[in-house]
Amino acid sequence: MTVENLSKDFTLHMLGGTIIAACRDISFRVPKGNFLGLSGPSGVGKSTILKCIYRTYLPGSGSVWYDSEEYGRVDLATLADRAVIDIRTREMGYVSQFLKVIPRVSALDVVMEPILARNGVSRDEARQRAVGLLERLRIPKHLFNAYPATFSGGEQQRINIAHAVSWKPQLLLLDEPTASLDSASVGLVLDILRELRNEGTTMVGIFHDQDLMAEVTDEIYTIS
Amino acid sequence: MLLNEWLDQETQQAGGYPYGFMDDGAKKDIRRCLLKAVAIPGYQVPYGSREMPIARGWGTGGIQITLSLITPDDILKVIDQGCDGSVNAVNIKKFIQEVAGVEITNDTPAATVIQTRHRIPEEPMSAAQILVLQVPYPEALREVEASEAETRRMHAEADYSRMWLHLYEDIVNYGEITISYRYPVTVNGRYIMDPSPIPRWDVPKLHMADTLFLFGAGREKRIYAIPPYTRVEPLEFEDHTFRVEDFSGKSCARCGAADTFLDEVIDNAGGGRSYFCSDSGYCDKRAAQWNH
Amino acid sequence: MEPLIRIRGLSKRFGNGCDGCITATGPEYETNRCRHCGSVIACNDVSFDLYKNEALGIVGESGSGKSTLVRLLHFEWDATGGSVELHADATQHLQQELFDGVSVYSRNLLGLSPFQKRQVRNALMGIVYQNPFLGLRMGVSSGGNIAERLLGAGWRNIGKMRERSAELLEKTEIPVDRMDEPPKNFSGGMQQRVQIAKALSNNPLILFLDEVTTGLDLSVQARVLDLIRTLQSEFKLSLLVVSHDLGVINLLCQRTMVMKYGRVVEAGLTDQILQDPQHRYTQLLVASQL
Repeated sequence: MTVENLSKDFTLHMLGGTIIAACRDISFRVPKGNFLGLSGPSGVGKSTILKCIYRTYLPGSGSVWYDSEEYGRVDLATLADRAVIDIRTREMGYVSQFLKVIPRVSALDVVMEPILARNGVSRDEARQRAVGLLERLRIPKHLFNAYPATFSGGEQQRINIAHAVSWKPQLLLLDEPTASLDSASVGLVLDILRELRNEGTTMVGIFHDQDLMAEVTDEIYTIS
Repeated sequence: MLLNEWLDQETQQAGGYPYGFMDDGAKKDIRRCLLKAVAIPGYQVPYGSREMPIARGWGTGGIQITLSLITPDDILKVIDQGCDGSVNAVNIKKFIQEVAGVEITNDTPAATVIQTRHRIPEEPMSAAQILVLQVPYPEALREVEASEAETRRMHAEADYSRMWLHLYEDIVNYGEITISYRYPVTVNGRYIMDPSPIPRWDVPKLHMADTLFLFGAGREKRIYAIPPYTRVEPLEFEDHTFRVEDFSGKSCARCGAADTFLDEVIDNAGGGRSYFCSDSGYCDKRAAQWNH
Repeated sequence: MEPLIRIRGLSKRFGNGCDGCITATGPEYETNRCRHCGSVIACNDVSFDLYKNEALGIVGESGSGKSTLVRLLHFEWDATGGSVELHADATQHLQQELFDGVSVYSRNLLGLSPFQKRQVRNALMGIVYQNPFLGLRMGVSSGGNIAERLLGAGWRNIGKMRERSAELLEKTEIPVDRMDEPPKNFSGGMQQRVQIAKALSNNPLILFLDEVTTGLDLSVQARVLDLIRTLQSEFKLSLLVVSHDLGVINLLCQRTMVMKYGRVVEAGLTDQILQDPQHRYTQLLVASQL
């Protein structure tokens, strides 16, 4: 993936059209299979960059070139909505800081659904993989069939991560994935990420802990 | 003499009324509506229903059709619930005889025009005969839809699912379709039609018949028709098929027939039940043979 | 992948209209009503594509035109202008009438006769209304409500229809032994689920959901939404979800259109609409969410 001169502003119509600059002229390259870390002071636009790549934000200008398996080399910034949805479904994952809670879906189902939807495996196999992942992340067995809405922040986040990695995306974006985790859990998560990277997943991540980031990433891009 | 001269003579005698009581304009209207009805089997044709010397609801629709068609050579039979001798049938016969000068008969095969209320004669009719049925309620869909505008749209667009739904609900609630007379039929694969309050027994007689069937509703002002050799199929389901009334084990006490539609008569004094052919003309003939 | 159904320039006007109608109405003028002639522009020039197996959300407030859109696409009202074209893969029905054998898209469905529209609607579409009284016949059994669509499609076997009804009631988590009860005896949530069962009876490709959980208790709403999600993924349905509730849209839809005073003011990925709204009105809407 190559990000070229990416800039993003927010125009707030409710404040009479005030413009807030979120990021300016960002460029970097991420070779396939690499793990790039984004570093910089709070508010400098790290999350913005990730969201622009995932297309949650509409980039103001610049390009996000991505080698899609399905579509070839495309500019995610200007790609049609349907194609973006396709890519998100099949190739590009995103781990946010918070779990998006869906009513009446158990922790196990949250992790199983993406596997079933994307990898075309049987229900049993998907369940096995999901169970394995939850066990690795030390989610207690008795919570597998419970609804995550009432879990602790750390538990929710671990399920969030499981949900994002279970289907082995080609490109994974991580926005402070370990922020709400205790040190033991952090270790577990990093192991999983390292494995993913070794299997060929390209990753771009933001970590609040600079040492941690240095440990797990191949390269760091600093925004000033 | 020429027909015209004869007609003028008859008019003089009938106290100034034209032949057949109705004027030419009225007859023309009705005949044109009849032609349209024959051209679109099962479709209800609106017409200008004329004033008759009999009240609405007593057969004015049937009478208007008969009077539009009848000529002095015709032989007329009129039955009510199958009986030639019922008060209404006799009244209508006398009226038509007076204004049209036709011969009257009780014998189905001998008649050229038969007017009927609520029954079709047992003896199959030929291609040379016409059956005119008196209709109280021409709209088959009225049971499921009260609005005339809406039922007209339903017919126009062949949007009949509500009628079928009504039958489904009957089966779900009662185990079978509960409609006994006025059983809805599909005519020529297109229109759902009300065959008038004939019993289920008579419905199969309409299908691919030799005879022309004409339906007149005087109060509701509608005419419709089933031309000869037209498909007339009662609404039914694959697993709940149409069935007629069951008279097994019963026969007519007068003529012994076990294959006709029977009327049940309860003896008020003793409480006993006996059965008689509804088609009195047919029963008379059979009884006469039996007693030989 | 080509869209299942293409909508272009769809418009609905109530009233005779005049030359000034379009330029006197819309979000900039804060009205649907033309000040010159009094006509109401319920929606104007709405264009979008709907793909197979996707959920498209339409969000807006009262008067936005979102429900009008559903009425037009479900052939309940006649459009004033615009076209609706179906992909050839969508249907085996009406092949002669709809397709010329050259283009992969049909002729404009809005020009069909009422009879043909009803056939297309019965074969391809299902609808669930906010008010179950609109979508159900309260005096008819639940099984009968489901069977009505089958009867309209030519089913003539009671046993098979009841089997199908039972299947759908199970899918919508309604006890099958209540199949012969009329829905007026049911709770609101259950009535909605009967509507869903009815809408699915003919295996539609497109399901219209018009404010289906508005007014329901929260737990009931969760159940109905969960059911919709499950059914959508199981049957690969295309959903058109109309709601003023951003939470519902966010849950069900990957793409969303925002409407105001009959115009589409913004369209895009749902998370983008909610987190990076571009249009003034969308920003207001998102900021107003509880």
